[in-house]
Amino acid sequence: MPISPSDTHDLAVIGAGPAGLAAAVTAADLGLTVALVDAAARPGGQFYRQPAAGLGAARPQALHHSWGAFARRAGRLAAHRTAGRIRYLAEHHVWAVTREAAHWAVHAVRGPDGAGARAEVAARTVLLATGAYERQLPFPGWTVPGVVGAGGAQAMLKAGLVVPGRRIVVAGSGPLLLAVAGSLAAAGATVPVVVEAGGYAGYARAPRTLAANPRKLVEGIGHAAALRRYGVRLRTRSAITAVHGTDRVEAVTLTRLDRDWRPVAGSGLRIPCDALAVGHGLVPQLDLATALGCATRRTPDGTAALVLDGRQRTTVDGVWAAGETGGVGGAELALCEGELAAHDIAGRAPGGVLLRHRDRLRRFAGVMAAAHAPRAGWSDWLRSDTEVCRCEEVTAGRVREAVGDLGARDTRTVKLLTRAGMGWCQGRMCGPAVAHLAGETALEAGRRLLACPVTLGELAREER
Amino acid sequence: MVIVGAGVVGAACAYYAGRAGLSVAVVDRGAVAGGTTGAGEGNLLVSDKEPGPELALALLSTRLWRELAAELPPEIEYETKGGLVVAADEPGLTSLRAFRAAQGAAGVESTDVPGDRLRDLEPHLAHGLAGGVLYPQDAQVQPALAAAHLLRASGARLHLGAEVTAVLRGPGGAVRGVRTPRGDLLAPAVVNATGTWAGRLATLAGVTVPVLPRRGYVLVTEALPRVVRRKVYAADYVADVASGSAALQTSAVVEGTPAGPVLIGASRERVGFDRTLSAGVLRRLAAQAAALFPVLAEVRVIRTYQGFRPYLPDHLPAIGPDPRAPGLLHACGHEGAGIGLAPATGRLIAAALTGTAGPLDAQPFRPDRFTEGTEPE
Repeated sequence: MPISPSDTHDLAVIGAGPAGLAAAVTAADLGLTVALVDAAARPGGQFYRQPAAGLGAARPQALHHSWGAFARRAGRLAAHRTAGRIRYLAEHHVWAVTREAAHWAVHAVRGPDGAGARAEVAARTVLLATGAYERQLPFPGWTVPGVVGAGGAQAMLKAGLVVPGRRIVVAGSGPLLLAVAGSLAAAGATVPVVVEAGGYAGYARAPRTLAANPRKLVEGIGHAAALRRYGVRLRTRSAITAVHGTDRVEAVTLTRLDRDWRPVAGSGLRIPCDALAVGHGLVPQLDLATALGCATRRTPDGTAALVLDGRQRTTVDGVWAAGETGGVGGAELALCEGELAAHDIAGRAPGGVLLRHRDRLRRFAGVMAAAHAPRAGWSDWLRSDTEVCRCEEVTAGRVREAVGDLGARDTRTVKLLTRAGMGWCQGRMCGPAVAHLAGETALEAGRRLLACPVTLGELAREER
Repeated sequence: MVIVGAGVVGAACAYYAGRAGLSVAVVDRGAVAGGTTGAGEGNLLVSDKEPGPELALALLSTRLWRELAAELPPEIEYETKGGLVVAADEPGLTSLRAFRAAQGAAGVESTDVPGDRLRDLEPHLAHGLAGGVLYPQDAQVQPALAAAHLLRASGARLHLGAEVTAVLRGPGGAVRGVRTPRGDLLAPAVVNATGTWAGRLATLAGVTVPVLPRRGYVLVTEALPRVVRRKVYAADYVADVASGSAALQTSAVVEGTPAGPVLIGASRERVGFDRTLSAGVLRRLAAQAAALFPVLAEVRVIRTYQGFRPYLPDHLPAIGPDPRAPGLLHACGHEGAGIGLAPATGRLIAAALTGTAGPLDAQPFRPDRFTEGTEPE
């Protein structure tokens, strides 16, 4: 019998990216009733982001690899919706999950930007597949128009088929940079150089993990070949430490880094360009999880991720997680973990193949995170007037003063004393940088009890 | 002397003790303002207090905060914005006026505001309210910055990130300092300013102070032009503050801030240190705020946070020497009024340490008042 909105679902999946989509269709295959709740208008998440229908893109898959894996699951989603086994709630922004007497309540607000009415979903179990967002480390000039997130540039390309400039430097750290540079070049932009602060030597130190993940190797070789084809140079152990231009990016300064990512004096090189796409890997999106009390761990690249057991269970009974929430590892791992979690939620033992696949990809994710982990010297790029928190315009100098003179010791007390992280993005952008400047040692996952903004009127509304 | 706790109460104790010529060290397991101070709205209220010892403390603090505002940097955001208490109906207004009359006799300044004049003071208030009372002495600071600047001005040595693991006692039982993982801090006087966690430190010293947490939520909106000028709250708030019930109480206190966001407090519930989110509490707070200021219904709430007020059974703080442990003093248990009551508390502690006459009668705040009849060991 089809599910009705007031029913308690067997499972609520939050996020319809690779992990959530795989979990939802697998759980429905196994006989569960599922609510799939997602902020976007279409399934796929950040990875399988699609152009808006109005743009008439003939082959959106041209920008994606493993499109088939997505298309198959999207097809199963459609079938399960028709059969009434999955209720797919697009454009639903989840602001909290709470434990009620006999179920979990998923609280959301509707509409493309979450300005619409409130909705609530009841479920016996919850799977958090909330993905990740890009990590930014500030540097002088990063607020100049034309500086965009590397992940943001790729999202723009996938969703709108636009590029942020004609001559684009790609910089930061992490394997995403190669993919971004390849996509931008394929879309017609000139990418003079990809600037990687870390290096790729770390991978070579884990030959067994590499050998066990041949597809990852092929993926990497594919990126490298694409970059050669478009004449893109790769500079490792380097960073963009200044942006020139006021109304628009005119050039950037490329600087060599030492082992700790400190700039090597006198090594600056000016590179003309009209855009800079920059990012330092991804940060798991954990607001809903930490508000529920799920325990976190520190990943090799210095972010917080959920503590999960072998069956994707969090430390809170009745709550599972899959994909980037357990540590950034990519779409293939997310698909695999979503399926594993669905099996466990349905009370089925997953196949050994699935388990071994997950473990192999997790090990690779660990190697990848370690190779690109930001080193402590990065903050030497900052000048005291460099803005760290863009929402509240708080400079590095003021953060250092709060720590040195006023007794702040962590992101929370820096926020209280400077307003860094109090603005619209709630510290998602400046959090990693502030944590570093505050000398936070035991990295705490940010606690945001509201995962997204809600109008006061909707917050006040009695649920029908 | 050693003060344990770098919240606003510990900071005020450090400030006044330093001015009295004492050498002061402040130790905290975390950062400055890392506990309840950092979760507060910065209320300096007289309007919500009935005549009695707490009101006397609040009136003294009101004067002291005015002096402090002249001495500390403007970053503490001291604002004499005034409080406006409103009543929805005639019975509510009648009891509010009786409350006001009693407060007036105790020295609280206030003005009666008829229902049709409320919107002159707060143009966005809902229509149809019966009336209200304006309290010009109600004021506000940014609590974390106030604590940080009090500490800086005190000249005290700070030991942050150092948790006290033992209270050291001498041969005669007298307190002689505290132990931290980074070493011992020796002093003939130790002040327990650990707020909601004060019971734990008291236990380390071999005494009991029955401080309990009373959880509160604050909602924070996106930045707005000034739509709320004062602290505005419904008269029910006073009854909630005074209540000892464990059950949830909510009565929205709505105010604008210099930085733009509107803050909406304050729920009260005794649920221990439970940090999980309660959608029902947020719903009630939001509904009450929107009832006072309908224009806020369209505004987005971007953050909510919790704090744990340090609550003692008779709703009065514990301030002064503890006869059960010579050398130990308490400055804790201020519930939701710690920012407001901090300066007067600091003055009382400084007076006790220097053996000078205190600014007011400290008897009602005796830390051992809950264990009458039981002899210390």
